[in-house]
Amino acid sequence: MSMPVTDKTAAAKKESAKVRRGNWKKHLVHLFLLPALLFYIWFQIYPIFSAFLNSFFAWDGLKRGAFIGLENFVRLFTESPFQETFFRGLAHNVIFFIGIVLTKLVVAFVLALFINSKIRGKEFFKMVIFMPKLLSVIVVGFLFSLILNPTYGALNTFLKFIGLEELARPWLGSPDTALYTIILVNSWYGLGFAVLIFLAGLQAIPSEIYDAAKIDGASGLTMLWRMTVPLAMPSIMVMTILSFIGAFETFELIFAMQGSQAGPYYSTDVLATYFYRLAFGSVAGGESIGLGSALAVVLFLMISSATAILLFFFRRKEYEQ
Amino acid sequence: MTVRLGQYAKYAILLLFAFLALYPIFLMIVSSFKSNMEILTSPLGLPHSLSLENYTEVWGRVNFGTYVWNSMYVSGLSVFFILFISSLAAFYLSRYSFRWNPYVLFFFMLGLMLPMKLAILPLYMIMLQLHLLDTLTSLVILYVAGGIPFGVFVFYGFFKTLPTELDQSARLDGCNGFQVYYKIILPLMKPALATVGIVHLIGVWNDFFYPLIFLKSEELSTIPLGVLALFGEYDTEWNLLFASLTISSLPMIIAFLFASKQFIEGLTSGAIK
Repeated sequence: MSMPVTDKTAAAKKESAKVRRGNWKKHLVHLFLLPALLFYIWFQIYPIFSAFLNSFFAWDGLKRGAFIGLENFVRLFTESPFQETFFRGLAHNVIFFIGIVLTKLVVAFVLALFINSKIRGKEFFKMVIFMPKLLSVIVVGFLFSLILNPTYGALNTFLKFIGLEELARPWLGSPDTALYTIILVNSWYGLGFAVLIFLAGLQAIPSEIYDAAKIDGASGLTMLWRMTVPLAMPSIMVMTILSFIGAFETFELIFAMQGSQAGPYYSTDVLATYFYRLAFGSVAGGESIGLGSALAVVLFLMISSATAILLFFFRRKEYEQ
Repeated sequence: MTVRLGQYAKYAILLLFAFLALYPIFLMIVSSFKSNMEILTSPLGLPHSLSLENYTEVWGRVNFGTYVWNSMYVSGLSVFFILFISSLAAFYLSRYSFRWNPYVLFFFMLGLMLPMKLAILPLYMIMLQLHLLDTLTSLVILYVAGGIPFGVFVFYGFFKTLPTELDQSARLDGCNGFQVYYKIILPLMKPALATVGIVHLIGVWNDFFYPLIFLKSEELSTIPLGVLALFGEYDTEWNLLFASLTISSLPMIIAFLFASKQFIEGLTSGAIK
């Protein structure tokens, strides 16, 4: 069945083809966004979402079984040995966070104040104190496991050399000191980064307000407490939140220095090392994915709700000023 | 007088912390030139001679050359794709005004906070389905995906500061969207490229977690995983251990000495906004 083609319809066809081609070309612009969106959704958003979903199912190896609601969570919190391991890990994470605040944030803030004052060699101090951050966390862990070795390590040798032999001890080998030692190593690694963040916060404070306060006769300590600290609050907030996330995600350093068993006698076991054993070890038998996902979800919720609370707390503080 | 004393105390404390930061790194590098005997008998002493023997041994006997190559391959590819893909997306978000753009931007920014370690089980299953377990490709994919939010964040902020007159006049001259990106925007965004590139170069080069989970074959190991294997196998030969730690760290330290400004700017730009 052939239709007579008039000039008119041919022209219209050509025109619509042009428009269509134009449309098609117009949509090409979305190709700019597409790769980023695809990678991001496929390998970032979907896996997080999937971890939530997986935690509500029974698992046998890689096979997903029945929907069991919150049972994985209930077992994690009430069943032995999951329960004890969870709360022991949680306690260590909390100690880790407090330790970081005391040995990293407070120290870094003081150093940032010094570098921000009238002093020579600012750039030198900034660069040098920052340097450890360039190393891999795993390298930091192994380096310090050599330095802290009880018999051949540099630290104990040094203590003997200056006559403080009684202070020398198996820093990582004793349950009494292992966790605190790792916290200090962690602070060594991250101190310079915190100094830089605080410095950025301090440099944003206009110097005129200090001149005005001096005329009013304010002492140095009053100015520090009443002006510097509140005005540097955004950077303090950022570092507190980052430290919290860091403390609750900490894994590599402990893995490097104490292995996945977080020895000695689990004295350095945190939730992330426990999660690793649960997910990739034989602790949970065939139910690795269910219980592991449940723990991941709990950790995720703790981190995000703590971030929200800290944000709220600091924002309110800012308004009060 | 008290001001003077205070000033001295400041310098003393800063110097002490500078020493504390530097000394372990110094010790690592110095020890990598010593013999095992020297390290064990006098851990704090300087080496008797500058011998590269440890390095040749680590490089040849323990396959470290392969690990270095794998790390370079993964870091190079990942950084390239992060820069390319996220700058294209940021170009789209800042130069076109589709009504969904603000939401897409916000959606990307969520990714700045995601603790991806916790999604490691689903990621493992995805790679299993894609038959990408135990390949370097799996690492590149994960680093690129993880690098996109920060890349989009920095590039978007940067494009917003660039005047749009330039690309408008280029369009009048007949350039299409990609040509505007490639010929006009790309040459102007070198500082932003350096910021994002450096941050991810350090992150990928130093990452240990993804290789630990996704790689099995020894010949595919990146440097951090190679260090782990070395510490398991040669745990009494400290000269080799120190040499491996130094090989892992030196590239970033040297790069930092040349471009410390960009390093510091890059690594702090995510936190301060």
